[in-house]
Amino acid sequence: MSRPGSRLEVRDLHRAFGGVQAVRGVSFTLESGDLLALIGPNGAGKSTCFNLLNGQLRPDRGSVRLDGAELVGLPPRRVWALGVGRTFQITATFASMTVAENVQMVFLSRARRLFGLWRPAAACFREEALALLDRVGMASQAERPCGVLAYGDLKRVELAMALASDPKILLMDEPTAGMAPTERLELMALTAALVRERGLAVLFTEHDMDVVFGHATRVLVLDRGRTIAEGPPEAVRADARVQSVYLGGDA
Amino acid sequence: MSFLLVQALSGLATAATLFLVSSGLTIVFGVTRIVNFAHGSFYMLGAYLGWSLIERFGTTPAGFWGSVAAAALGAGALGAAMEAGLLRRLYRSPELFQLLGTFGVVLVLQDVTSWIWGAEDLLGRRAPGLKGSVDILGQPFPLYDLMLIGLGPLVLGMLWLLFNRTRWGTLVRAATQDRGMTAALGVDPARLFTGVLFLGSALAGLGGALQVPREAVNLHMDMAIVVEAFVVVVVGGMGSLTGAFLASLLIGQLQAFGILIFPQITLVLVFLFMAVVLVLRPHGLMGRAEEIPPTTAASLAPPLSAGAGVGLWAALLLAGLALAPLAAGDYALIVLTEMIILALMAASLHLLIGLGGLVSFGHAAWFGLGAYGAALLVKHLGAPMPLALAAAPLVAGVGALVAGWFCVRRSGLYFAMLTLAFAQIVWSVTFQWYGFTGGDNGIVGVWPPPWAAGKAVYYWLTLALCAGALALLRRAAFAPFGYALRAGRDSALRAESVGIDVRRHQWFAFALAGSAAGLAGGLYAFSKGSVFPTLMAVPASVDALVMVLMGGLQTVSGPLAGAAAFHLLEAEVMRVTDWWRLALGLVIVALVLLFPKGIVGFLADLRRRG
Repeated sequence: MSRPGSRLEVRDLHRAFGGVQAVRGVSFTLESGDLLALIGPNGAGKSTCFNLLNGQLRPDRGSVRLDGAELVGLPPRRVWALGVGRTFQITATFASMTVAENVQMVFLSRARRLFGLWRPAAACFREEALALLDRVGMASQAERPCGVLAYGDLKRVELAMALASDPKILLMDEPTAGMAPTERLELMALTAALVRERGLAVLFTEHDMDVVFGHATRVLVLDRGRTIAEGPPEAVRADARVQSVYLGGDA
Repeated sequence: MSFLLVQALSGLATAATLFLVSSGLTIVFGVTRIVNFAHGSFYMLGAYLGWSLIERFGTTPAGFWGSVAAAALGAGALGAAMEAGLLRRLYRSPELFQLLGTFGVVLVLQDVTSWIWGAEDLLGRRAPGLKGSVDILGQPFPLYDLMLIGLGPLVLGMLWLLFNRTRWGTLVRAATQDRGMTAALGVDPARLFTGVLFLGSALAGLGGALQVPREAVNLHMDMAIVVEAFVVVVVGGMGSLTGAFLASLLIGQLQAFGILIFPQITLVLVFLFMAVVLVLRPHGLMGRAEEIPPTTAASLAPPLSAGAGVGLWAALLLAGLALAPLAAGDYALIVLTEMIILALMAASLHLLIGLGGLVSFGHAAWFGLGAYGAALLVKHLGAPMPLALAAAPLVAGVGALVAGWFCVRRSGLYFAMLTLAFAQIVWSVTFQWYGFTGGDNGIVGVWPPPWAAGKAVYYWLTLALCAGALALLRRAAFAPFGYALRAGRDSALRAESVGIDVRRHQWFAFALAGSAAGLAGGLYAFSKGSVFPTLMAVPASVDALVMVLMGGLQTVSGPLAGAAAFHLLEAEVMRVTDWWRLALGLVIVALVLLFPKGIVGFLADLRRRG
């Protein structure tokens, strides 16, 4: 699965909602092998940043380039087709389908076979889907409808769905929210392993500082829409500005 | 010049009536989030009540205006009663149930009105003191219409005062913006909603009663006005009073001048105008994005599974049906033929609702387009039946492809309204283009050729074609296409983020469903030997929805059972009574009351209790 490294370059993103500047001048670079944590207090602009990156929102200004190709202005499905996968803060899966079918849909989409009218979808890419579910530890629940899964399991289904498109960049919005502590560490260990195996580049947001400082290769700190620090976890942890605006009394 | 001025003034008079009715509709929608089909019925009842009272007391100005006011209050009281008896139980239901429930009331009130006042058109007395006309630049203009023009802004002003200067109005505005908050403020929402239905229905009744001196009171007033009021409310932005006022003015003028330029297609103009506005300004002229609640269909959607042994059951059923002519007489065969045709119609609608979560309120348009496509080919070109039957799904499919391009741009209620609008376009073209379609005389003499004229042969032909089409639809439902459609319904956000072009799938599904309905329509034309515009009218679309609903949304085979049950019921009820609308309306109301969360929700509740 390894391939020449990819590079996501984010330059000077701005986005306002009415009079509120949610994101003002965020820039960073994400390369294969990175596990970049995007942190910041509530309202810092993390989710907005995510939505700007995958085309859900359009920035007022700035650029997002994947290996040189501009992503700004493309709808989410085109951004996805270029190799940017995503999981959501509030899980979004196809509730009326089984876990396996959810992942099969992504394979079908990648193979551009969604307009097929004849061959049953349940028989398409089944092996591939099961293999991926095995990788994220969901093989035993492959036949359960997504509508009845526990929250932590849904997060893993989302990860499998994101991986099914073989992305270069993976955006994970709070991948471990709502999980038990041991589950969190497992999922992040899995993500870190995938980054190494596949040469992925992952950008994730997270509230749990153990997860952030335990797994991220780099950390980017936002406060009120601006970058206030970026660097290796230790350096960010030691940064006085970060401690004052974000970690506050805890540090 | 003076002629144009008079034309513009008569447009303003039309606008005033439109505004009275649509302001009520938009107020009711704003608070209850229910699109109230029965609103047009309150308008009609206002007119009938007004007629009766004006006949008795309307000789003096005081008697006339007292009668108009009493008629409005009567309509308001009925609206309040409907809120307490029906709507109150539907606030948490899927929008399909809300629309159907209020449509059930339409049917009931139609028969009740016909029972009380008879089916004849009624001509009312003219308003005392306003009988004459005034001279406007040398052209006469009715005094009464001049009064109506003044009434529109007056009512707008009074409603503005009510909503901005009274406590009750403030509460209504609060409820419009956030229903949950009003309950938290300690306001009894039930009383507030009953009051809103009273006000909205009274406005409709007022609009109706004011029509008595202008036009004959008849039983078609309800659907005619409610569809126009829908257009006004959608164009103005659902829930917006000023939007409704603005849209009424625009549509009044469009009608007044449209009739000069395109006398044949005045009805079409209005709906085209709405379609264009919705594409350019998705939430209407003054609407806000958050006015539209997300569709609830998705959360109720169960997993769809192929089910073991379905193939075997289908084969057995097919074999049984194929053998039916050996035992059944001609009448039974005719009923069976129609049942099979309706099953295809219902299944095609189910593709949109059950898989795509797209509640179409105009599916009969494609059925009718197929029927008319076949009949017109026979009538104008002398086409043989096989060619006409092949053309039916094509004509309907192309029509649905064009309409679908607009419709799938919006979801939920707006989608339903858009499909309704397109069905009305198709219906009104058929109705108004007399020279080509025969208008409401329809097209007769569309019989199968001698080789297929026997009831049994035509039955077998229908069975073969419908079974084939149904098998294809079922295949599509379980193929990636059907899955992608469900994916878009379950989570459009997720679908788009894994590369699924939701809109294109919905568009394609719309065309596919349309052409399947078209084939059913073509077969129907030859089975009846005639086609009429009623095939594509709103009640026909609602019939199809009831079939899907009766069969349940959760299975692909449900609509087949629903169509069979519906058609049997209809045939039997129509045999024993003339009041079949009343019966159907009561069945619909009972269905939505018994299964307020849909049949699936009902089953889920049973499971939870059991």
